[in-house]
Amino acid sequence: MATHRIEVTVNGAKQTAEVPSRLLLVHLLRENLRLTGTHIGCDTTHCGACTVLLDGTPVKSCTVLAVQADGRDVTTVEGLEKDGKLHPVQEGFWEKHGLQCGYCTPGMLMTGCALLARNKSPTELDIREAISGNLCRCTGYVNIVKAIEYAAEKMRST
Amino acid sequence: MIPSQFDYHSPATLAEAVALLTRFGEGAKVLSGGQSLLPLLKLRLGTAEHLVDIGRIPGLEYIKEEGGFIKIGGRTRESALEQSELIKARAPILHDTARVIADPLVRNLATVGGNLAHGDPGNDHPATMLALDAQVVATGPKGERVIPIDQFFVGLFTTALQPGEILTEIRIPVPPPRSGGAYVKLERKVGDYATAAAAAQVQLGANGAFTKVGIALTNVGPTPVRCAKAQDFLVGKRPSDGYLAEAGKLAGEACSPSADRRGSVEYKREMSRVLTVRALQRAVERAEGR
Repeated sequence: MATHRIEVTVNGAKQTAEVPSRLLLVHLLRENLRLTGTHIGCDTTHCGACTVLLDGTPVKSCTVLAVQADGRDVTTVEGLEKDGKLHPVQEGFWEKHGLQCGYCTPGMLMTGCALLARNKSPTELDIREAISGNLCRCTGYVNIVKAIEYAAEKMRST
Repeated sequence: MIPSQFDYHSPATLAEAVALLTRFGEGAKVLSGGQSLLPLLKLRLGTAEHLVDIGRIPGLEYIKEEGGFIKIGGRTRESALEQSELIKARAPILHDTARVIADPLVRNLATVGGNLAHGDPGNDHPATMLALDAQVVATGPKGERVIPIDQFFVGLFTTALQPGEILTEIRIPVPPPRSGGAYVKLERKVGDYATAAAAAQVQLGANGAFTKVGIALTNVGPTPVRCAKAQDFLVGKRPSDGYLAEAGKLAGEACSPSADRRGSVEYKREMSRVLTVRALQRAVERAEGR
């Protein structure tokens, strides 16, 4: 079976890798690039713990082949903090206690960021719909919604 | 979970993709959004020796009105369908459908063509496309052919597509004035397949009576179920609670569900009845501009 030489921009840095066809994007990130912030939860396209941005769009990286990301931009949770400063959504999770065990958090953060990039003033319903593909088994949704609302307000005011 | 080994191909043109599929025959699968195919390969419910990714072929993602049809490119994302103003205005039943497929993250990759070509009776577009009397365009080694939707779903996970063919376009006759449609789905939670769901598309004449009715059901049989008796019953009648209830009853009788964790045969049949009535009510409201 042939391998493929791919070039993926991950969190702004070009990465090249020689990958087998069946390698999943989440495994490229976690195992080849050691970016373990992206979690694997259900591994069956339900839970959203593995959510990353592919060309700015949130997708479940357990259900994308690494080779499909060739030539594209990937943003993971490691790419949110800039110059030692948390992204407003990360700050919101801190301020509003948006995490308990933290397992779903990277995926929630990526989905939250993508939502705020296209909708600066989401309603509570918009937020709940946007995160409906991300499961929190601590059931901490109330504070996750508050965290994203906090981030929206912060991003509007700066 | 890791799928078993396969070779990946990323053709740049449709002709190249068809040539690859023709060369590899039954051993090849088309990779569109991958949101059904990749989970299936990971769970090893299926295998493929070759995946032909149509993701880098330009010109397969569009939603447009042309020649009396709404034309949807086979690789159009569900999220694009969900956000389309043309769809909201001209065929709201499709908007209803797109927004209840899986979850928003899956919809960012999942495609309309894939939802049909997968041949899964649990998928949501098949019933809607039946209600809308859609046509499917398949592109293969001999060029394009148009398949009426009633001939498309052959059996469980089986469609009329031949090896070497790619679903490249869906054509929906533009609903005339005084038309309306709706898709109503019962699901246990976001992302689940339907326990049952009903699609209804209606046209009303100048006197307010039904001139055309399309009704179909999701996940209550090995293929999506067209409810011909319920449709025929309504044509020529003016919408009334009694007639819609009778149509619901006929739809419930038309389905052949199997029992699973989502419910018993009796429950699913009953839900098919109830959901058909609700879909018809909403369809009539929309047709009457309410």
